[in-house]
Amino acid sequence: MSTPLLDVTGLCKTYGTNVAVSDLSFTLPAGGSLGLVGESGSGKTTTARMLIGLERPDRGQILVKGEPLAAASRLARAKAVQIVFQDPYLSLDPRLTIRAALDDVLRLHRHPDRAARVTELLDQVGLGAREAAAKPRGLSGGQRQRAAIARALAVEPDVLVLDEAVSALDVSIQAQVLNVLADIRRETGIGIVFVSHDLAVVRYLCDEALVLHRGVVVERGAIEALLTDPQDPYTRLLISSVPHAGWSPEEISEQRRALQQRS
Amino acid sequence: MSTATVSHPRLQSRLGGWAARLGRLTWPVRICAVLLVLVGLGAVFAPWLEPYDPTDGDLSNTLVAMSGAHWLGTDAGGHDTFSQLLAGGRTSLLGPLGVVLFSTVFGALVGLFSAWRGGWVDALIGRVLDVMFAFPSLLLAILAVALFGKGLGAPVVAMAIAYMPYTARLVRSLTAQEKTRPYIAAYRVQGHSPAFIALRRLLPAVGPTILAQSTVNFGYALLDLAALSFLGLGVQPPTPDWGAMINQSQAAVLEGQPLSAVLPAVLVVVVVVAVTVIGEHFGDRLAGREAKA
Repeated sequence: MSTPLLDVTGLCKTYGTNVAVSDLSFTLPAGGSLGLVGESGSGKTTTARMLIGLERPDRGQILVKGEPLAAASRLARAKAVQIVFQDPYLSLDPRLTIRAALDDVLRLHRHPDRAARVTELLDQVGLGAREAAAKPRGLSGGQRQRAAIARALAVEPDVLVLDEAVSALDVSIQAQVLNVLADIRRETGIGIVFVSHDLAVVRYLCDEALVLHRGVVVERGAIEALLTDPQDPYTRLLISSVPHAGWSPEEISEQRRALQQRS
Repeated sequence: MSTATVSHPRLQSRLGGWAARLGRLTWPVRICAVLLVLVGLGAVFAPWLEPYDPTDGDLSNTLVAMSGAHWLGTDAGGHDTFSQLLAGGRTSLLGPLGVVLFSTVFGALVGLFSAWRGGWVDALIGRVLDVMFAFPSLLLAILAVALFGKGLGAPVVAMAIAYMPYTARLVRSLTAQEKTRPYIAAYRVQGHSPAFIALRRLLPAVGPTILAQSTVNFGYALLDLAALSFLGLGVQPPTPDWGAMINQSQAAVLEGQPLSAVLPAVLVVVVVVAVTVIGEHFGDRLAGREAKA
């Protein structure tokens, strides 16, 4: 069996007495796409931050291509995993133009032909010369998020973590950015970990998903199976929480109360 | 040739940008800026503008009123007041400049390091700064004079140490706030070193606010140093200094020739008000920009 692209084993993280993530394990094959699904406080963002090295796990191990991430150098770690944050309004340096931001990353990683690579990256996310010359405040939310994606891709990482990367965008813009991400996945074969509370969005981009509840995986499997035949009551609650025809908020609240009483 | 054709429009647009920025200034700020430039030019070009040697007292011409020979009269020692004002600007402005430069650079580094490291290092530096706040700057300066002697050097160093915590505390709180922003986390994830992020990305982000604060500090330092010179502990005669001029001219006021005392006092007030207005203007503009962002 070949070494998985990303191999996470027994990841734990607590803040004081609050258990954020408990014994989380999963693998991501080369070119695979995995959704981490859950509500606020489920531990999905903590997991994302541990994957990119912004949080140190209390226990557990993260291997990228079989190499432990914790032992990697700064630049090697950057090449292993990159992230696109939720809020494109805050994740780009307001003082740098998009071109300068991309060039900055390429210079750090000693890319031999920075100018050509910047053009290539902009092209990949569908941004032109005007956007490249603009600072983040001169761009729309969707353009900023595409710029953030280009910046993450500049490092040519093995794994791209998307932390609620389309949640702060309008629905029509969400679709554009998701299309860009799907194209990138197809063209580059990059591994994707998509952190989201939105199952519809996860369905569009991911093959498999983990459902997290209070830091624990309650269900995992192929995304279609999870959506059509959820086994865990929490997964069922998440799916039924999405507004649809005949949707009743009272019914959802009742289900949630029942779930809380059981756990 | 190609450089000229490229740089020319760039230069024009840059000049246009400066003109537009100047056009946005309010009238009080413009007036203060002009006054500061005039005082600054007077101090820089003092050796070429002085009609008389400011250190050379002519005892046959003491307490002379305004005249063609002495535009602003002379003091009790026969020094030409206009020449003394020009030359006094050099020491009077150089002292606060030294205080502000040292306190800004050192304070910014301390504040940046403290906030970036966080944890017990930040807590320890915070407590040390609190202790330093307990010592009034003028008191430290007088202590320095007692230990190292009168003059400009000792009070400037002592005052710079006393002013440093103000800048350090400001930078510390600004950096602590800025470093939580996702774009700083993104720099870390990209693999940039902590030193690069702190000095090349965080410092420029908080720089304009530090500059606004330092401008206001310049006014306070000028006042403190002038007060020290007035007490006879700062710059010593015959070196001209506005504070020392006020001290030396107390007798002249009693003799009915107050110009040599009043004019340096007016200049101190003008410079302090001007730098405070300009500093607060930039502080307000930054606050407005933050609110819009």
